[in-house]
Amino acid sequence: MSEQQDMITDIKTPVYLQYNFTAGKSPARFLSQIKQGILTGQRCPSCQNVYCPPRGSCAACGVATEEEVVLSGKATVQSFTIVAIPIPGNPIKPPFVIANLVADGANISFIHLMSDCVNEEVHMGQRVEPVWKPQEEWGYAMDNIKYFKPLDEPDMTIEDIGKLALNAEKV
Amino acid sequence: MTSNSAVLAAVVGIGQTKYQTKRGDVSIAGLVREAAVNALQDADLTFDDIDAVVIGKAPDMFEGVVMPECYLTDALGCNGKPMFRVHTAGSVGGSTALVAASHVQSGTFKRVLTVTYEKQSESNAMWALSSPQPFSVHLNAGAGGYFAPIIREYMRRSNAPYDAGIKVAVKDRLHGARNPLAHLHLPDITMKEVEESMMLWDPIRFLEACPSSDGACAMVIVSEDVAEDAPKPPAWIRGCAMRSEPTMYAGREEVSPQAGRDCAADVYKQAGVTDPRKDFDCAEVYVPFSWYEPMWLENLGFAPEGEGWKLTMEGATSLDEGGDIPWNCSGGVLSSNPIGASGMIRFAEAARQVRGDAGGHQVDGAKLALGHAYGGGAQFFSMWVVGAEKA
Repeated sequence: MSEQQDMITDIKTPVYLQYNFTAGKSPARFLSQIKQGILTGQRCPSCQNVYCPPRGSCAACGVATEEEVVLSGKATVQSFTIVAIPIPGNPIKPPFVIANLVADGANISFIHLMSDCVNEEVHMGQRVEPVWKPQEEWGYAMDNIKYFKPLDEPDMTIEDIGKLALNAEKV
Repeated sequence: MTSNSAVLAAVVGIGQTKYQTKRGDVSIAGLVREAAVNALQDADLTFDDIDAVVIGKAPDMFEGVVMPECYLTDALGCNGKPMFRVHTAGSVGGSTALVAASHVQSGTFKRVLTVTYEKQSESNAMWALSSPQPFSVHLNAGAGGYFAPIIREYMRRSNAPYDAGIKVAVKDRLHGARNPLAHLHLPDITMKEVEESMMLWDPIRFLEACPSSDGACAMVIVSEDVAEDAPKPPAWIRGCAMRSEPTMYAGREEVSPQAGRDCAADVYKQAGVTDPRKDFDCAEVYVPFSWYEPMWLENLGFAPEGEGWKLTMEGATSLDEGGDIPWNCSGGVLSSNPIGASGMIRFAEAARQVRGDAGGHQVDGAKLALGHAYGGGAQFFSMWVVGAEKA
């Protein structure tokens, strides 16, 4: 050991908090379906909006969501960001696109990764579809979908994003 | 006055620390004590005079110290006295001030010390915000990743010029250069420099985002009779309001949340404010990413929907350009961001203005000011109106 040492002013002590996640009835149904490669949502019996992923209730109406809806997984970009900030320990290499996506048949966005795309060409209203992980890697998790990639379909009108299913219902 | 408080309350002491990346010279306890002692000195009171302490900070995982209020009682001189902890994410600094005020307004206590802090250098807030949940993908993009798509939607709807955010970034740093306590001092910052800074979360550039700071802010809030005898002019609390809404529901208006509009309407009614741009002399508003200035100008009713950016671009919110309604004269969250304290700094800086005690960033003759904070996924809002006069 050398005789001269720099004074130690701080140490890094990573904290790990390991816990079991209790999903609850509604997310448990959603996660069981996604383990089979099926994306689902749940409809609010009051306002008819479809939640994906469902959390068990419609926070606007304050009622439980029961009716399950199977979704194709095709979705529309509602908004997005291109993340360039390097975050220590992040397994995803920047730059990457995080998009707020509204699944066809759903009325609220979720956040997911977009890939197989030119980052600078991603835009609101763009149509996308899921790319699933190999089946043997499927678990009880939303990241069974590895990312979403552009779909060769015309853009959706921005005002219609998240509203099509509802409008169809009302007709 | 339409507020339902039994007792009129006022701020008679304000104490802050210098905000900087790392306060290696003090522990968390030392940091909060520094702000508390400064506030007590400003009020010419001692710890013995205080009836209760109300403390707030952002989520405990930000420093990894769980229920830190328990160990901070000693540093805040409140062993054997009531202490109350407030949790409302990034808006907590504002909510904590409101909870402290309510304990005086209700007649429960006469003199309350309230303190908020963050020591961001002791942990990694980005990771603390990213606990994985199976029904969502784990993308580790932090607060910027959450708010950038909402800002993009505002830009689309409002057709704002691309550089409105750049202008706010420059304006708040020029304000911050007048405030010796501000973390960032960038008196020579230019539009070009902001524009050329790295795009972190498109459309948010590095210089359009807040820094990561250590710091604490404290206030002494007292009842009317105590405030009458204060050595320095009190800031009378003319209105207090909090609102929240769920983060996720179908059809939620994310650009201009309902809870923010309702909170503003409530606090304006209490203070008799009918035209915020005209009635207020200045405002301290939580703007952690530059585009939130035009967005909150609209949400808070200072500008019609879609036109907040016009006030920004014409210099209405700039002290240096002689604007009629300067926003964030202290430099705002864009110049200093000890998260848990950031909301209280807004409230305290509004109070400094109406006390005529804001030093180099004083708005001449300020009589009425708004303090504002928001937090979480823009679902928690807290606001107060403070005045140089009681009503």
